[in-house]
Amino acid sequence: MTLSVASNLIEIRNLTVTFPSEAGIVRAVRDVSLDIRAGEVLGIVGESGSGKSVMSLSMIGLLAESATVTGSISYDGVNLLSLGDNAMSKYRGKDIAMVFQDPLSALNPVHTIGRQISEALHIHNDISKEAALARAIELLEIVGIPRPAERAQSYPHEFSGGMRQRVMIALAIANQPKVILADEPTTALDVTVQAQILDVLKTARDMTGAAVVLVTHDLGVVAGLADRVAIMYAGKVVEIGNVDEVYASPAMPYTIGLLRSIPRVDAVGSSRLTSIEGTPPSPVALPPGCAFAPRCPAAAPQCDAEIPVLAAVSPTRLTACVRQQEIQGLQTSGRLFRDGPSHVAAPVSGNAVALEIRNLKKTFPLMKGSVLRRRVGSVFAVDGVDLTLREGRSLALVGESGCGKTTTLLEILNMVAPETGTITVLGRNVSELSKKQRLEMRKDLQIVFQDPFASLDPRLPIGDAIAEPLDNFGMPKSEQDQRVMELLELVGLQRDHASRYPAEFSGGQRQRIAIARALALNPKVLALDEPVSALDVSVRAGVLNLLAELQEKLNLSYLFVSHDLAVVQHVADDIAVMYLGGIVESGPVEEVFARPQHPYTQALLSAVPIPDPVVERVRKRVILQGELPSPANPPSGCRFHTRCQIRASLPAEVAARCVSDRPELDSRHASRVACHAPLN
Amino acid sequence: MLNYLVKRVLNFLIMVVLASTLGYVLSSLAFDPRANYQGANPPIPESTINAKLDNLGVNPARPLVGRYLDWAGNVLTGDFGVTVGEQRVNEELSRRIWVSLRLLVLGSVIGSLVGVVLGVVSAVRQYGATDRAASVLSFSLLSTPVFLLAILLKFGAIDLNNRLGTTFFFTIGEYSADFTGNGWDLLVNRLQHLILPTLSIALGGIAFYSRYQRNAMLDVLGSDFLRTARAKGLSSRQSLFRHGLRVAILPMATFFAYSFGLLVTGAPFTESIFGWNGMGSWFIVAVQSNDINSVSAVIVFSSVLVLLSGLLADIAVAALDPRVRLR
Amino acid sequence: MTVTELSVESSPSNRLTRGSLIRLRFMRNRLAVAGVVILVLMFVAAFIGPFFSPYRWDELDFEALLQAPSSKHWFGTSQIGGDVFALTVRGLQKSLIIGLLVAVFSTGLAAVAGGFAGFLGGKVDRSVMWMIDALLVLPSFLIIAVMSPLYRGRTWLIFVVLLAAFGWMVTARIVRSATMSLRERDFVRAAQYMGVPARKIVFRHLLPNVASILIIDATLNVGATILSETGLSYLGFGVQPPDVSLGSLIAEGTASALTYPWLFMFAGSALILTVLAVSFIGDGLRDAFDPGSNKSKKKVGKS
Repeated sequence: MTLSVASNLIEIRNLTVTFPSEAGIVRAVRDVSLDIRAGEVLGIVGESGSGKSVMSLSMIGLLAESATVTGSISYDGVNLLSLGDNAMSKYRGKDIAMVFQDPLSALNPVHTIGRQISEALHIHNDISKEAALARAIELLEIVGIPRPAERAQSYPHEFSGGMRQRVMIALAIANQPKVILADEPTTALDVTVQAQILDVLKTARDMTGAAVVLVTHDLGVVAGLADRVAIMYAGKVVEIGNVDEVYASPAMPYTIGLLRSIPRVDAVGSSRLTSIEGTPPSPVALPPGCAFAPRCPAAAPQCDAEIPVLAAVSPTRLTACVRQQEIQGLQTSGRLFRDGPSHVAAPVSGNAVALEIRNLKKTFPLMKGSVLRRRVGSVFAVDGVDLTLREGRSLALVGESGCGKTTTLLEILNMVAPETGTITVLGRNVSELSKKQRLEMRKDLQIVFQDPFASLDPRLPIGDAIAEPLDNFGMPKSEQDQRVMELLELVGLQRDHASRYPAEFSGGQRQRIAIARALALNPKVLALDEPVSALDVSVRAGVLNLLAELQEKLNLSYLFVSHDLAVVQHVADDIAVMYLGGIVESGPVEEVFARPQHPYTQALLSAVPIPDPVVERVRKRVILQGELPSPANPPSGCRFHTRCQIRASLPAEVAARCVSDRPELDSRHASRVACHAPLN
Repeated sequence: MLNYLVKRVLNFLIMVVLASTLGYVLSSLAFDPRANYQGANPPIPESTINAKLDNLGVNPARPLVGRYLDWAGNVLTGDFGVTVGEQRVNEELSRRIWVSLRLLVLGSVIGSLVGVVLGVVSAVRQYGATDRAASVLSFSLLSTPVFLLAILLKFGAIDLNNRLGTTFFFTIGEYSADFTGNGWDLLVNRLQHLILPTLSIALGGIAFYSRYQRNAMLDVLGSDFLRTARAKGLSSRQSLFRHGLRVAILPMATFFAYSFGLLVTGAPFTESIFGWNGMGSWFIVAVQSNDINSVSAVIVFSSVLVLLSGLLADIAVAALDPRVRLR
Repeated sequence: MTVTELSVESSPSNRLTRGSLIRLRFMRNRLAVAGVVILVLMFVAAFIGPFFSPYRWDELDFEALLQAPSSKHWFGTSQIGGDVFALTVRGLQKSLIIGLLVAVFSTGLAAVAGGFAGFLGGKVDRSVMWMIDALLVLPSFLIIAVMSPLYRGRTWLIFVVLLAAFGWMVTARIVRSATMSLRERDFVRAAQYMGVPARKIVFRHLLPNVASILIIDATLNVGATILSETGLSYLGFGVQPPDVSLGSLIAEGTASALTYPWLFMFAGSALILTVLAVSFIGDGLRDAFDPGSNKSKKKVGKS
């Protein structure tokens, strides 16, 4: 059944994990057999609920007590599943180590970092306190923590997210394990920090020679790192094999759809995305046969009849699909998945300006003390931002967390006079609006939020939620219903959904509801705050395609705030890149992506992983050094000079200017850049 | 940190002033000290009553503002005035404070320690026999008013004494009035008097703390850092004691402050039922006898106690939690 | 408990509605169901009992002083010939009414104060919080006892108002922190950007979303109120004679309770059982609304 190659480190056989729940039995992992070979990097890719995390937790024996586990996991001739907690803890940390997703809560808040690492050493080794601490400091150095001896005395809350994840990796490699399980190790991190952490993970693997199991939802992260990849869906491995092979010629329809539904940052021109219909099944109510059948464009009656087993497609690949033989033919004839619309950009010139921001600044007071609070300084959240959005076009505001993009968006939406600068919406300066005019103006500018689970009131039927703006602007109740129905159909939902509560919808559907609500008042400008980043990979394409359709149909202008450059490449016409409160580069997307002028844009683009192992392996990656400086105390001159990858190679006189003068946005080419030494 | 403390103390003083003002003003409005003398037989002449009221500084004939300012001025110099029984309030205060504190401190320390241990054990053995027994016990205790609990303890003790045929538990007073021994014997006698009132205060604390500690511990049991500790190779028990306990105990410091306020409420019942002459029983008598000065003194005392325990809790949290330490 | 857990049922395929799920969880909790049964019985006894009692609560039977329970006087008689059953039932009635009224008023007050403080923030928040802190410095027991002469000889409703006025602070704090986290939720922001006024946001979006907290706290406040009411009445600072509450009955009964246990036993048991029932219900509701709060938060089926 499994491809047999020598030196299997861990052999998982017929692993099934179930949990009791109120809705019924959750079948998280179903009859999975898998090998982990010594020294390899195995990527396990799946969406939320696919069972990938449960599988990694069962390897280290940390499943919830309520879990029922059957099958076997053998390591070194021992079935780990048969061990009790005390026996299993001899293996944990020593042979099998783990890096968890959320570095924020994974470390004990009341102990120092040094103490937490030395504890890991003490558990498995008989060493002195001093030796353990010395080794802990050494480990911190290996994972790239500056001034390790000093930082060992710090507490977790004094570290940034990226630094904490480095600490987690140091903990994992402390005892030279044979296997490192990394469960979504970079999901909570920014893209440039992700690149750093993946780099550290590579170092860790080279040092220890351990096998790495990289569990993720991101096909891009796996591509450059993994030797083999396993795709999971609804608790089963549906495809596994050599990474090049799986990416180049996927054989399972789910893998095919998934690979075609994710936008790529290196796509040329306007790409088209495939959307997989429907949503992943609930693990308490799985379809009888192949779990993907209800969403599969190639589904046939036999798919519902039996659960497909993994079968060899080639010597190095297995696929679980009943119609596996026929799939290749369907795929090449283009009959498998239908592509979504391709995005057509509205002309640049001649269009009226929908939204214009000039020199916007926003500072927050930095407060200290808890009883009598006093201001001790300012956080320069937005520090001189210029933006222009033309009607019918999409402008993407891009940057990492803490760069000020969300603050910029909120300042625009507040529609009150900013601290400094001007905000002009549809030709009207918001500082000059009366209270009544401002309310009127809200009709034209609406927002779709990131998290569809938070953006709908769980206690309001969705029909009422969509009608709320209508009601608020005095539309008679009788007309409201008609409009709600129209809107539901517009976003691809059914009329009878109106009386249901948000809890009955999936993430993708909820985001459609949020879009319907935003469109209720016929706005001209739609602000989209990371509209797909909280969604499962396979439903993102559907929402992105819907947004593209709506823009064309309703002549909407989009202000698209995102950290995901691949999505931006797909939907936006123009892009503005933000770093530490300021715009460092702006211009048409094709131009900026093809010829980034600013070193930060270059680094950002190169940090985005591409779901293509061949490209990914040969790509030269710029890995930024250090951490994002605090916006309360921004660097002088060019904000980016402390981390700039090219400054060291600049002539001394230019490099000095980077420290002393803040560069202005300057239009030299098709794009505008704020840099003393632009790249191209 | 020093800066922070100074501010806390400042806030503390404002709150005490506010609470004592409220106490004095409310009691002055609600009480009718003249009623203490009216209807006596033979009737007391109006002029004598006025003289007595003036002596206490509570004559309603004077405007409230003036009376309050006099009282506040005296309190600032450390003089709480005169009781209705024409004793110095200060004397009563200095005698009764120690009676009450002995009860409160002992009761709350026993209550919190036993409660925390019980809570931890319950959480670790969730749904086990200990947990269920502890849950039923704390629910029952929390549903029993202090006065009823004290009465039941008293009756139980009397019943036990009768069965033993000897007076093991004393149910009235701090020590036997006719007791002549000293040294060891006196200590034993005092302890025999102390057991029941302390128990009646401690039991409520045990119930309260064990519930909260259990919940705090269960929160920690599901936390990511405990999972990390186990991933390092600690067994589930080791990780619980080395990592879980320290974090789970943090919120208890705040609850300690909160529950001290509850104790101040509980003490009057315990003291009056067991015949202890503490602050609580004084308060009850003072309200019944329209004694504005005594009531105000008790209110100042209780607000200082509540705020002080809050301050101590803050310091304790800061000492235990590095996240709070650095502000 | 966190608001997120309370308000979001994550599985879209779960066909059980929230309401039926809560009912299901509540019914599974045996203690909570027992609490409901006991409380219903107490209400029946308190409000229907008097119709079956051979004596009225303020009626004295001078031929039967201090008699043990019998078929004539079900719970016996007091020193002056009062029927203990009628008195106990009357006291229970009073305690229950006061408990309910105060719980409703104080929870309502807490919802409004906490909701607006949490949503509006700034000066409103600071002043509400300051008021709460100031009121918490003095135990409400002391304040109400001091004010007791004000309602001596007047209607007991003043007592109810005082209990409510000094009993809302802790719940208000909980509501405030819950609304503060809800305020950051996008559906509230969306309403703001649609120009919905603050008052409407608080009542339409925020308070319904903390309804579970309010229901739980209102329930627990019934118990807490009965405890403080009986305590104050025990000392004579609460319900005033000739009217009776469980507290004043126990106070009268204790003097000779060792020899005449019926004077005290029935009122005492009724009191403990009622409060116990209420806390079982409150605890059951908390578990039903928010299964993660009291139970182990071990992650189930997370992937």
